[in-house]
Amino acid sequence: MKSIFEQGRAGRRGSTLPQPDVPPAAAIPAALRRRTPPALPEVSELEAMRHFTRLGQRNMGVAANFYPLGSCTMKYNPPFHERLAALPGFAGLHPLLPQLRHGAALTQGALAVIYEAETIISELLGFERTTMQPLAGAHGELCGCMLIAAYHRDHGNTERKVMLIPDAAHGTNPASAAVAGFVIREVASDADGNVDLADLEAKLGPDTAGLMLTCPNTLGLFDPNVREICALVHAAGGLCYCDGANFNAIIGRVRPGDLGFDVMHVNLHKTFATPHGGGGPGSGPVGVNAKLVPYLPVSIVQKRADGTYALEYECERSIGYIAPFYGNFGVILRAYAYLLTLGREGFIRVSENAVLNANYIRVRLAPYYEWKFNRFCMHECVFSAAKQARNGVRALDIAKALIDRGIHPPTIYFPLIVPEALMIEPTETESRETLDEFIQAMIEIAALADKDPAAFHDFPLTTPVSRLDETRAARHPDLTA
Amino acid sequence: MPYIANTDADRREMLRAVGCDSFEQLWTGAGVDLPYPMLENLPRGLSEFEVTRRLEQLASRNHTHLVNFVGLGYYDHLIPAAVGEITRRSEFYTAYTPYQPEASQGTLQAIYEYQSAMSRLTGMPVANASLYDGGTALFEAMMMAVRITRKRRAVISGAVSPIFRKMIQCYSRNLDIELVEVPADGVTSATERLLAAVDERTACVLVQYPNVFGTIEDWTSLVAEVHARKALAICSVYPLALAVLKTPGEMDFDIVTGEGQSLGIPLSFGGPYLGIMAVKQEHMRRMPGRICGRTVDREGREGFVLTLQAREQHIRREHAMSNICSNESLCALSALVYLTCVGRQGLIDVAELCLAKAAFARQELVRIDGVEPVGVGPFFNEFVIRLPGDASEIAGHMIDKGFAVGFPLGRYYPDRKDQLLVAVTEKRTREEIKAMANALEAVL
Repeated sequence: MKSIFEQGRAGRRGSTLPQPDVPPAAAIPAALRRRTPPALPEVSELEAMRHFTRLGQRNMGVAANFYPLGSCTMKYNPPFHERLAALPGFAGLHPLLPQLRHGAALTQGALAVIYEAETIISELLGFERTTMQPLAGAHGELCGCMLIAAYHRDHGNTERKVMLIPDAAHGTNPASAAVAGFVIREVASDADGNVDLADLEAKLGPDTAGLMLTCPNTLGLFDPNVREICALVHAAGGLCYCDGANFNAIIGRVRPGDLGFDVMHVNLHKTFATPHGGGGPGSGPVGVNAKLVPYLPVSIVQKRADGTYALEYECERSIGYIAPFYGNFGVILRAYAYLLTLGREGFIRVSENAVLNANYIRVRLAPYYEWKFNRFCMHECVFSAAKQARNGVRALDIAKALIDRGIHPPTIYFPLIVPEALMIEPTETESRETLDEFIQAMIEIAALADKDPAAFHDFPLTTPVSRLDETRAARHPDLTA
Repeated sequence: MPYIANTDADRREMLRAVGCDSFEQLWTGAGVDLPYPMLENLPRGLSEFEVTRRLEQLASRNHTHLVNFVGLGYYDHLIPAAVGEITRRSEFYTAYTPYQPEASQGTLQAIYEYQSAMSRLTGMPVANASLYDGGTALFEAMMMAVRITRKRRAVISGAVSPIFRKMIQCYSRNLDIELVEVPADGVTSATERLLAAVDERTACVLVQYPNVFGTIEDWTSLVAEVHARKALAICSVYPLALAVLKTPGEMDFDIVTGEGQSLGIPLSFGGPYLGIMAVKQEHMRRMPGRICGRTVDREGREGFVLTLQAREQHIRREHAMSNICSNESLCALSALVYLTCVGRQGLIDVAELCLAKAAFARQELVRIDGVEPVGVGPFFNEFVIRLPGDASEIAGHMIDKGFAVGFPLGRYYPDRKDQLLVAVTEKRTREEIKAMANALEAVL
């Protein structure tokens, strides 16, 4: 499709502006003016709408397609949240109003949203307080790691520089810990997909700052030793970080704070139904127990005795400003609407159905794809396409075959410890019929992989483009029109 | 149950299919052998109607009716309805990061066009797919300079947003970075002192354009001097102003970042916003974040993919350029649709309206007895005035009159308690500006 820069013609406009009602300003000195106007599009509004509408039609999305992208929790995003976020009383609210004199009074509605969303999330996670400020999941990880660093600094633990991270972890875990100044040491998984306790014990020591554990883990499994793991880390003087990317599996069923974790992030764009937006905006609130409350980033929303809300900035031991303001408010607002809709009786239904849907797929597909573990999975099931790969059909090929069947592929090649991984996460919002259609598609694909492996190399056939030359893209980068 | 399709009958049958009689058994089979938590403190579920009513009530408690002259990097600009219409299309907002390019050409082409628009606006050859916000983008730029130069000292102007400076201080704390702040001089950066602070150990100099006081400064000679000292020059921009201003590319900056909120993104009480980053060609492979590239498919048709992924956390883990994963894709789409609809001439017109209205407002304000201009330099749409008293107190009185009159600088600059930073956008009318000036005169 032609780029927007190749459409329209010189002089064409796509918007109207108010007529000037004040005299023109004195000209900016020539030395400060740009030489040529920015070469931005010159199209009518209709041309713009048509271009972007057609671009949208070249995407898969949850509203149109089953999207079992493992670990990403592509559940349904209720559209009324979009309407709420666009209310002028929220969308038009300047973030600096609370910093004016008695300014908190000007934004009581917005502060209530943040505070109440925080309160519900703290309760679900089993933590004392939650900061809503982190702007994405990985940003939450970084914030959590900075809290751990601040704790050790405050306690004079200058030698605690090592963050232990299991080999099954998301790449963001080691990357976030590194940005917080930690040295990373990997902990092995055992044959059952759990943390290898012997390896963990061997690696704990006086240099341990903490452990980052994804719970449930990236294999879609709940580590039954999680309480013991937390106790071991605590006994060694470290803190326990829970990566809550997979919180959807246990919401309303398990509170990570009760398991011994000290700090945890959740992704509002996973568990709490806010849209992924094609790669953000996300939001990664971080819950902490009493040990870490003093270090939370500023500002902190406090509820006063009279029921009004205030922003607290004077927190002596706070790590400071991780975000410009109070977090991705528009995202928090959508999550708050979701929390209010579900209510206390709804949360457990989310985790029950997420786990049931994943196990239903696991049981039905186990005869066709390799499933390594002798137990139930949680919210997602990680198969290996090793059997198909021996026949020349790799996980990538299976993914492309699914696209031709109108299904977004699962996450592939992650976690790294499973060869030819197919990480399938149906989420709780999908119906049994949709799961059956998916299962049928996967069975047909397995049969085709036996019968005609060569056919796969041309898939997908139904998309606007076929497989793209990624090597060329990286070797000869073409990044601007 | 909200948003759950399976009925109790479905659930029973599915439990049987997986070999369980009950959910208890399912949980136990998955290794979850823990007591159920008590969630009695949580509220009961509400209907869509009730949730809407509650949030409409909360929205009505926010004082968005105030006539707004507060800026400090976040501005009340016009947003064509087409922007929201596109970003609320489910094909965009319910999609994930485009890991499967054949199923995501819409998002990918939009990112590519966004990168192109940022490149054209900033005058820099390449841009990434977005970062979280202007502050985190500036921090990422500093760390990029640290990686490129292998030096760990950064010099930052006191005329950079105090919010960004606080964020960079926060992030630098664990990283063995020496951060040197050079206080501003009036409403300008103290260029001589900035340069004097650049030594052979310095990785980069960070400035803002226009600066936090609204002043437009020509950085051309500073950039050359910084380069002569083997350091990189980094500029945080107000992208809308670049419609008319000399570009960072023309001034030879190495890395350009910015807060993209002014490009079609609502104020929304602090986010989601848009972190912009654009760099010189030679630094392309050191840039953090997603990058989209144009390539071809097997039939030679043009298509788009995420590229240069060897920089990223899912490949490099702790050695990645950054830990960023999700960025602000939908906000980048807003910026692209905004720039498309407003267009080449429209963006210049918006900038000219901002310039004219800000100049008019300043003229109306300094006419008041006791109100003085601070500084003489050219400014874009924001300027500083000195009030005959505590600016915070006076701004407080102006709220009672219906105006958010500006930002009292004393909050971040203790020696500027009598200074007010006033921002004016194309949305403010002559009448609103005059009424604000009259109200201020009455308050003083």
